Amino acid sequence: MAQMTMIQAINDALRIELERDERVLVFGEDVGKNGGVFRATEGLQAQFGEERVFDTPLAESGIGGLAVGLGLTGFRPVMEIQFFGFLFETMDSIASQMARMRYRSGGRYHSPITVRAPFGGGVKTPELHADSFEGLMLQTPGLKVVIPSNPYDAKGLLISAIRDNDPVIFLEHMKLYRSFRGEVPEGEYTVPIGKANVVQEGKDVTVIAYGAMVHTALKAAEQVKKERQAEVEVIDLRTISPIDIDTIVKSIQKTNRAIVVQEAQKQAGAAAEIIAQINEKAILHLEAPVLRVTAPDTVYPFAMIEDEWLPDAKRVVQAINEVLDF
Amino acid sequence: MIILRGESMSKQLHEIRAVKGETIQILDPDGNVVSKELEPNLSDDELRELMRRMVFTRVWDQRAISLSRQGRLGFYAPVSGQEASMIGSQFALKKEDFILPSYRDIPQIVWHGLPLYQAFLYSRGHQHGGQIPEDVNVLMPQIIIGAQIIQTAGVALGFKKKGEKRVAVTYIGDGGTSQGDFYEGINFAGAYQVPAVFVVQNNRYAISVPVELQTRAETLAHKAVAAGIPGYQVDGMDVLAVYTVMKEVVERARAGQGPALLECLTYRYGPHTMSGDDPTRYRTNEELSEWEKNDPLIRFRKYLEAKGLWSEEDENKVIEETKEKVNEAIKQADQTEKMTVPQLIDSMFETLPAHLEEQKAEFEKAGE
Ligand SMILES: Cc1ncc(C[n+]2csc(CCOP(=O)(O)OP(=O)(O)O)c2C)c(N)n1
Repeated sequence: MAQMTMIQAINDALRIELERDERVLVFGEDVGKNGGVFRATEGLQAQFGEERVFDTPLAESGIGGLAVGLGLTGFRPVMEIQFFGFLFETMDSIASQMARMRYRSGGRYHSPITVRAPFGGGVKTPELHADSFEGLMLQTPGLKVVIPSNPYDAKGLLISAIRDNDPVIFLEHMKLYRSFRGEVPEGEYTVPIGKANVVQEGKDVTVIAYGAMVHTALKAAEQVKKERQAEVEVIDLRTISPIDIDTIVKSIQKTNRAIVVQEAQKQAGAAAEIIAQINEKAILHLEAPVLRVTAPDTVYPFAMIEDEWLPDAKRVVQAINEVLDF
Repeated sequence: MIILRGESMSKQLHEIRAVKGETIQILDPDGNVVSKELEPNLSDDELRELMRRMVFTRVWDQRAISLSRQGRLGFYAPVSGQEASMIGSQFALKKEDFILPSYRDIPQIVWHGLPLYQAFLYSRGHQHGGQIPEDVNVLMPQIIIGAQIIQTAGVALGFKKKGEKRVAVTYIGDGGTSQGDFYEGINFAGAYQVPAVFVVQNNRYAISVPVELQTRAETLAHKAVAAGIPGYQVDGMDVLAVYTVMKEVVERARAGQGPALLECLTYRYGPHTMSGDDPTRYRTNEELSEWEKNDPLIRFRKYLEAKGLWSEEDENKVIEETKEKVNEAIKQADQTEKMTVPQLIDSMFETLPAHLEEQKAEFEKAGE
């Protein structure tokens, strides 16, 4: 097995799918010759040609509309939005068009589209590059939303996303691109969309997270274990729409306590949805309220202060202690 | 090829367009005057000031690049190569005119009055970088490509409704002209006949994507046609040409004769930004050296030297002055108080709602 960074795993998944299915097209700003601003598409244009991997004019609304049109003509578009902060320029294509295509046409048409985009804090970008806007996607019926936390999942989930016949928003946390390597099998494999992963078993409290916050949760879990010998179960959601509530409920039946960690701001969003579902399905198993660790409800902060703003292990430990001591 | 329409277009420009049918140029790369009839009526002091600003901006850019490499600046988009287009266009404005810049257009807003240390704070990601002083008529740099274009139509419409003799001026790159917002903005401006000027700095690349992949339009100035506004293509390495055409369209806008679009043909010598862009992946060194032969500073220096208005001594003085000013500004940026999360929360609303008060208190408690 190869050791890969997440960006390499993503590149590998794109290569495999371009190779396997000639309907797959990869396009976006700077994805061709330049190989993407993060090199996710490095070498793909050279290997598959400009017909399959191509730069677009600078217009996200255009990129989204193009994807819808190509989807209607039998292609499987993998469109890149250079940073997810530019979501709003393509929001109409995503929310008003591709997410509704199957419904609007009674199944006659669909949008087998993968929307790839980097996002996520801690890398000192200018404004509207790092924002966690996944909550807006959750509120859009017709979309699946995937956020991997490691190279193995990134590759397997991206392959699943490209093969999915409905639109999948595939969000890549910038901080995870190159921060560590993981084992990634060669060749094709899939990780199912909609299936969470228990990354660490524990009996005392469940921490539910996704993306970069999985690593923050693991760090906090280690600290809690050291400080008070409590065993934390950490769930990596991997897909935040649809949410794998079964895995969460099963865990809570064992631990009776839970917190949710998200990098996004507090109001609405994934954590709120998860807690609502826990409330519906597992309230009688709870011995403490389910707490959220999130960023505060401000605009994403200026780079100089983002580290203080982003949820960190210390705040996760605090919340874990609070539910343990409730 | 330059464009078109506008009975109101000044006679001179109209003629030059009709006669030459090409990019407007006053100085050739050797500093020779090629369009005597367009040479602006600037005083010796003004001409020297134009040069001073270009040299200052070049040296400041070099310093900023090295500060950025040392991690002492944050986000930075180099400007060398684009000085004529940036400085010449801003020089045609009055203080009351309002600039809506993109991320690269820091020189224009600094020359329009934003203190340099605030530009550095903006780069570092400090909120104070965007706290524009009351008497400075600029907006913070726009990150969302194209957003400023349609806002410019709005600002200009505001000026028109209030009967103020002010012009709204915005900047965008070649890539940015592909955005829907760009077309909407120039179309709105045309429809309402507002005092707006749209400067397209065509530096040939949108990060790695060459302008030929953006559009099949013959020039970006052509895009003005569909909006029904005049469009001009100018040699953006020629500060006199940029200034002259800009002055013309700005004053026309101020006089109530409607908006215009100005395409400046230019080049960025450096990387797209200092965040890991490698230009050798998408353009050749030969192309870069070809453009360097057109350098706006060399050309204007030759012109001024021939007039006896510039010397090596003048140049060295500006270089020293710049280094000093940059050092002072960095020092002032270093001394600016750190932000806190409670402060950020405070700046969300005029009056904080209860849930934000609560979150603010949590951060205050954690910070104690
Ligand atoms: C809406 C939006 N899409 C994409 C980007 C990312 N991006 C930043 S600069 C840039 C290229 C811009 O090129 P151009 O308009 O030619 O201006 P230049 O940078 O050359 O001055 C891109 C794609 C962005 N900031 N905003």
